[in-house]
Amino acid sequence: MEKFTIRAQARTSLPGRGKQAIVGVVASGNLEILLERTEPDQTVVVDVVTSARGFQTVWEAVIADFVTRSSPGGVRFSIHDNGARPDTVMLRLMQGVNVLEKTA
Amino acid sequence: MRDWTKQRTERTARLKGAMPLATGKIVKAEQVTELLGHLIKSGDRVCLEGDNQKQADFLARCLTQVDPAAIHDLHIVQSGLVLTEHLDLFRLGIARKLDFSYSGPQSGAIARALDQGKIELGAIHTYIELFARYSVDLTPNVALIAAVSADREGNLYTGPNTEDTPTIVEATAFKSGIVIAQVNEIVDKVPRVDIPGDQIDFVVEAPEPFYVEPLFTRDPGAVTESQILMAMMALKGIYAEYQPKRLNHGIGFATAAIELLLPTFGEKLGLRGKVATHWALNPHPTLIPAIESGWVEQIHCFGSEVGMDQYMSARPDIYFIGKDGTLRSNRLLCQNAGLYASDMFIGSTLQIDLAGNSSTVTPDRIAGFGGAPNMGSDAHGRRHVSDAWLKAGREAAGHSGLLVRGRKLVVQMVETFGEGMKPAFVEELDSIALAKKLGMELAPVMIFGDDVTHIITEEGIANLLLCRNADEVEQAIRGVAGYTPVGMARDRVRVEELRARGVIRRPEDLDIEPLEASRNLLAARSIRDLVTWSGGLYVPPSKFRNW
Amino acid sequence: MIPEEIIHQPSWYESSARARIVGLLDTDTFAEILGPADRVMSPHLDLFDLPPAFDDGMIIGRGKLAGRAVAVAAQEGQFMGGTFAEVSGAKLVGLLRAVTAAVGTASAVTSVLLLLDTGGVRLQEANAGEMAVSEIIRAVLDTRRAGVPVIALIGGRAGAFGGGGIVTACCSHVVISEQGRISVTGPEVIETNQGAEEFDSRDRALVWRITGGRSRVLLGGADSYVKGDIAGFREMAIRVHNTVPAFSPETMMMEQDRLKKRLEFYGDCTDTPEIWSRAGLSDPDKIYEIDDDAFLALLSQKGSRS
Repeated sequence: MEKFTIRAQARTSLPGRGKQAIVGVVASGNLEILLERTEPDQTVVVDVVTSARGFQTVWEAVIADFVTRSSPGGVRFSIHDNGARPDTVMLRLMQGVNVLEKTA
Repeated sequence: MRDWTKQRTERTARLKGAMPLATGKIVKAEQVTELLGHLIKSGDRVCLEGDNQKQADFLARCLTQVDPAAIHDLHIVQSGLVLTEHLDLFRLGIARKLDFSYSGPQSGAIARALDQGKIELGAIHTYIELFARYSVDLTPNVALIAAVSADREGNLYTGPNTEDTPTIVEATAFKSGIVIAQVNEIVDKVPRVDIPGDQIDFVVEAPEPFYVEPLFTRDPGAVTESQILMAMMALKGIYAEYQPKRLNHGIGFATAAIELLLPTFGEKLGLRGKVATHWALNPHPTLIPAIESGWVEQIHCFGSEVGMDQYMSARPDIYFIGKDGTLRSNRLLCQNAGLYASDMFIGSTLQIDLAGNSSTVTPDRIAGFGGAPNMGSDAHGRRHVSDAWLKAGREAAGHSGLLVRGRKLVVQMVETFGEGMKPAFVEELDSIALAKKLGMELAPVMIFGDDVTHIITEEGIANLLLCRNADEVEQAIRGVAGYTPVGMARDRVRVEELRARGVIRRPEDLDIEPLEASRNLLAARSIRDLVTWSGGLYVPPSKFRNW
Repeated sequence: MIPEEIIHQPSWYESSARARIVGLLDTDTFAEILGPADRVMSPHLDLFDLPPAFDDGMIIGRGKLAGRAVAVAAQEGQFMGGTFAEVSGAKLVGLLRAVTAAVGTASAVTSVLLLLDTGGVRLQEANAGEMAVSEIIRAVLDTRRAGVPVIALIGGRAGAFGGGGIVTACCSHVVISEQGRISVTGPEVIETNQGAEEFDSRDRALVWRITGGRSRVLLGGADSYVKGDIAGFREMAIRVHNTVPAFSPETMMMEQDRLKKRLEFYGDCTDTPEIWSRAGLSDPDKIYEIDDDAFLALLSQKGSRS
């Protein structure tokens, strides 16, 4: 396993009023993401626990693209990953912010 | 004066030696090994019928039991090297040389045997390429084949799994060769004559029915959201735009996803009747929902598929069914259909390089080609037109020139990372290193880049028809290669230029929302659903059940 | 024929534990106890270099079912095979004890819904897991004795095996779908110990003939059979709410008597179609092939369980 934290600055804070959401499950090739709106306006923090070793640069690239795409300012993402591929990670991240945005 | 009948004389001599073991054409199972001892001579070219589906497995077992001191250096010429017995022939020293097409489950064992010098490799062919050589320079001296039933005259019923048999028998029987058939049962009258008895020398009732591998069954339960997203992009970005009516699908999960999206997402796009009406295709269970909802006009099959026979028998307007009421498949004819009569091939692969060349070879596995190179290549001999074919040709020609020929659409669907997080996009194919290691003059390439028209990944579609030079091809490929090292090394500015030209298209460019790529879009989400769609006519093998 | 019923209906088998809870209960009524943000996770998985889950694969809480207060626990079958372990076990035991303690108070519930989906005890935490199963069994029985029915809903990928099979058998009422399975020793384990001749775990038709939903409900190992969509489980959970047997010595003696007779009648059968044939069911070989509607019709013909 590897554990690391990736920080980023988003253009704006994430719209919507949801405080917390969880998406995905820790199954083979899958991951769970807990989203909590606990950070300052534009800050993005991603804590990663992953079973796959040696992919930190890939995670950083995925998160960078995701932050550009979804601008999830103010959110902490806590991830438990069981070998999900980058496209699955991106999909779950987008599902997660979608839930937070739509929660009234 | 030259003797013009040496082959016939040799045949007669061998048959004479074997005669005491047979009653008419019928041989007892326990005497087959002895029979083979009379009929096969060292150095013979032998076809031990086996492809990716049916296997003359009993005869294979018997052949491994002959005395290697008496029979050795056989030259095996057959489409599939699939059973452990096939490899045993080389391990035991009964066979030495090999020309084949497909190895599937034995791909690792073949690579090891080649490395250890146990096999002298002629070539890895495509199916019709090997069949073509049966007629030219690889004609079998002896063919050991499989059929469902035989009568006492040797007339064979090969039934739904007819596959390679007529081609093998034709080449062998008319060139003074010897043909031995294992059958599941000997009957008074066969349901239909697939192979006339005068082409068959001996028949044996095997202790067990011949083995058939359910190779084309994809469980809808295992289709992922990424594959659904890719299938949505394929339907909107390729099917809707080129409207290919005649096509072949590979056996991967991404194409299974397309089949399962036809009655739902495809219906929403209004494509029914406009695309995918005529097929060269094995009986994919995942196509049942599309057939049942009126998408499909007709399907010609390379082989059969375990569990599909009853369903096909009940749909004679769709499938090629004999007067006896069962499917007749034929690999040679169907491969030919895929090569010349199809507007599109769409399938998956394991590795793609920067020129679009693709391969399923890895450092320790040689899976062979099967039919993919024929399905996935532009037939330069094609002379009839269709809208899809012409549109692809015009795109390739930049819509200019006096004389424009068409192009077959050859679409590769690849998830950027494969099993074990192995990148599907590479700077150099593994097959090149393997060819060097084994001293092969031609590296095994499944589909050459110049035949590929589109590559679809979960990141988008790259249209190589619109690329004007090798540089553009490379950036178009990097531009859909996701977070693989090849993808991360893209020139972002040039990739955006290609996107502006429509060479690369992202889901959002196709107005597809990735979050809508849900399993609820699938017309069937389980094998049980397929059974329901078929009205109980599809009877899946036990290993696919969860009820 | 376009079988509309197989399209777009969220399926129990496919859904995550959280999606099952959401679909089962009245809209927006689920209040989770020890939710993901509390981060009550397995302290052991790190040692095995395995990623944990925020809820340890056991989601517990309270909610409403057709307006009535219920407690609910759902196992995530996709995480570690839906196992019983230290944290996941303690969460379920705690929920059941809280339900028992709340009887007669304002926070009382009318039933407990157990959405089990498990291969049994988590091997990495085997001792804690075994103890958890025993404690859960005790807690289920205490809850029933306190007058609160415990209803098991079985239809997930992992089935209800190992301790999960025993816990299921202790519940007041068992609802199952075609894909659901209940047993103690799993097919792979039997094959490993006794050989494929004894039980071929890859013969999935055989696995379901022995452990699957249709056989279980016909033999009385489950009480109600539902179609595999989430809505079907919800309807049945509402329906059986108050029709469970009394938790009494009489109930137990009747059950003992039923099992004794079952053994007498069918003890020498080697496969289930033999049982159906002996029980006089028509077309015993077709039991697993007919669709759900036909099977439900057969069940109602057969009447109360034998």
